[in-house]
Amino acid sequence: MTATEAIRPAAQTPAGKPRRAPRRHWTEPSTWFAAPALVFFGAFVIVPIVVVLVLSMTDWNGLSAPAFNYGGNWSELVTDPGMWHSIWVSLLVMVLCWVMQTPISMLLGVYVAGQQRSRAVLASLFFLPLVLSSTGIGIVWRNLLDPDFGVLAALGLPGINLLGDTDRALYVLIFVVSWQFIPFHTLLYQAGVRQIPKQLYEAAEIDGASPVQKFFTITLPQLRNTIITSSTLMLVGSLTYFDLFYVLAEGGPGDATRILPVNMYVIGFEQYELGYASAVALILVAVGTALSVGLTKYSGFARMRSEQEGA
Amino acid sequence: MRNFRGVLPNLGAIFWTLIVAIPLYYVVVTSLRTADDVTGANPLSLPSSPTLGNYADVFGNGFLMYLFNSVLATGLTVVVVLLVALMAAYVVVRGRRRRNRVLFQMFLAGLAIPLQATIIPVYVILVQMGLYDSLLAIVLPSIAFAMPLSVLILSNFLRDIPEELYESMCLDGAGQFRVLLHLVLPLSKPALLAVGIYQALQVWNGLLFPLILTQREEASMLPLMLWNFQGQYTTNVPAIMAAVVLSALPVLVLYILGRRLLVAGLTAGAGK
Repeated sequence: MTATEAIRPAAQTPAGKPRRAPRRHWTEPSTWFAAPALVFFGAFVIVPIVVVLVLSMTDWNGLSAPAFNYGGNWSELVTDPGMWHSIWVSLLVMVLCWVMQTPISMLLGVYVAGQQRSRAVLASLFFLPLVLSSTGIGIVWRNLLDPDFGVLAALGLPGINLLGDTDRALYVLIFVVSWQFIPFHTLLYQAGVRQIPKQLYEAAEIDGASPVQKFFTITLPQLRNTIITSSTLMLVGSLTYFDLFYVLAEGGPGDATRILPVNMYVIGFEQYELGYASAVALILVAVGTALSVGLTKYSGFARMRSEQEGA
Repeated sequence: MRNFRGVLPNLGAIFWTLIVAIPLYYVVVTSLRTADDVTGANPLSLPSSPTLGNYADVFGNGFLMYLFNSVLATGLTVVVVLLVALMAAYVVVRGRRRRNRVLFQMFLAGLAIPLQATIIPVYVILVQMGLYDSLLAIVLPSIAFAMPLSVLILSNFLRDIPEELYESMCLDGAGQFRVLLHLVLPLSKPALLAVGIYQALQVWNGLLFPLILTQREEASMLPLMLWNFQGQYTTNVPAIMAAVVLSALPVLVLYILGRRLLVAGLTAGAGK
């Protein structure tokens, strides 16, 4: 990065050219090169967003022609307790997954950043869940937690149906989500820890700092950018946990684990209310966009700060 | 030192190893059991009479066809994504016009749109196009949803190619296509590899598109196979677990042979 920036102005100054070329630059590619990307993106992202907006104002069962009901879905949505429950469950999942994953990933990341051979062996085990798909993980845990043939029955606790329990199913899902994604975030923290300059720790040791002090005064602040990246991915990603939630619980028992994407699927593709499901989809877009904009703004500020501190 | 020493951290690490290892051990052990063994035995005990019959069952139920579909859909998606996204990134980085910046902003905004949110219109559009229930029904929207992140990562990478290289190539009389083919393509290999692996895993592992956009077995991919197995063979847990193992095998091989590649691919999205 710095190398390129150093070269670029030097290349332009001898000719005495202004920074922004007034005419078309002679090495500039044709905008047509972006056309294929635009066609795909337009046809399967932009057009669908517009269509979803239109469909959200209709009644449609997928067979007959959609009938406009304008704000009908939206007024239904506001008074639908199932929808508020779904939004609540989604927020709960977002927050609890973050709370569960962040400390564990960070501690494991610091641990596997060590260069010991034993840790390398453990690390290669830690990361194994990464090779499984959400569907595979969902199916494994579904059978593992089976009340009759699962692991709890083997431990002498038969008949405990964690996934069938309205109060506990959501926490089981949050645990399985963490099981799936902690390896990935551990990877991020491992990389982050390895970038912390050793001298900081050496200086702290001379000052007689304890390991706990070193963690809170050096490791944690130095990991700020990793924490932001990892948290952003966790929070935005939690909006899209469809596969695992669907495979493990299908939104149930009842609607106990029906996060927004699952709710949309059930309404649209099991109850065939595609108009109403489109309104749910728009909520998903709105939450996703708000979250991304908010986090980018926040992390952007953080990045600026850290760069200034570095200078 | 910085990386935790002493008894407590090691105990914690061993505890986590168990949490990770027990389900994995369960999958492998169960996949080797006979159907009778499942109901009687402790699920964590070693199988009394280990068998590979469950794997044969999975092969007998069309595993190779699902595998072929997954490989084909993933390969096609990745090849098109890399080509198309690289061309777009080239324009975004090298173009000086306003519209190129607008283009970039648009892809940036696209990052925030969850794939689930557009699935209803995507389904309608594909039905209209007559592509519902075919592999293309999965490939086309997968390419589209791969665009924002791929263009973003590739253009961040292309920005680091020095201006002189472009100028000297153009001075030699190279056209835009030659610059793309002989300068941009070879220099962006590491980024292409990371983006390719990342997007391949997305397609390979995704359930939502196959679940909604395909129906026939002939157009199904591995995650849908797993889900259908779970529905059809509820009592034959060993066969289901064998299917889980087989479907994860290609990624496991990549993990063993090229862990660095896999990690670069997995974290491609984190670099932004």
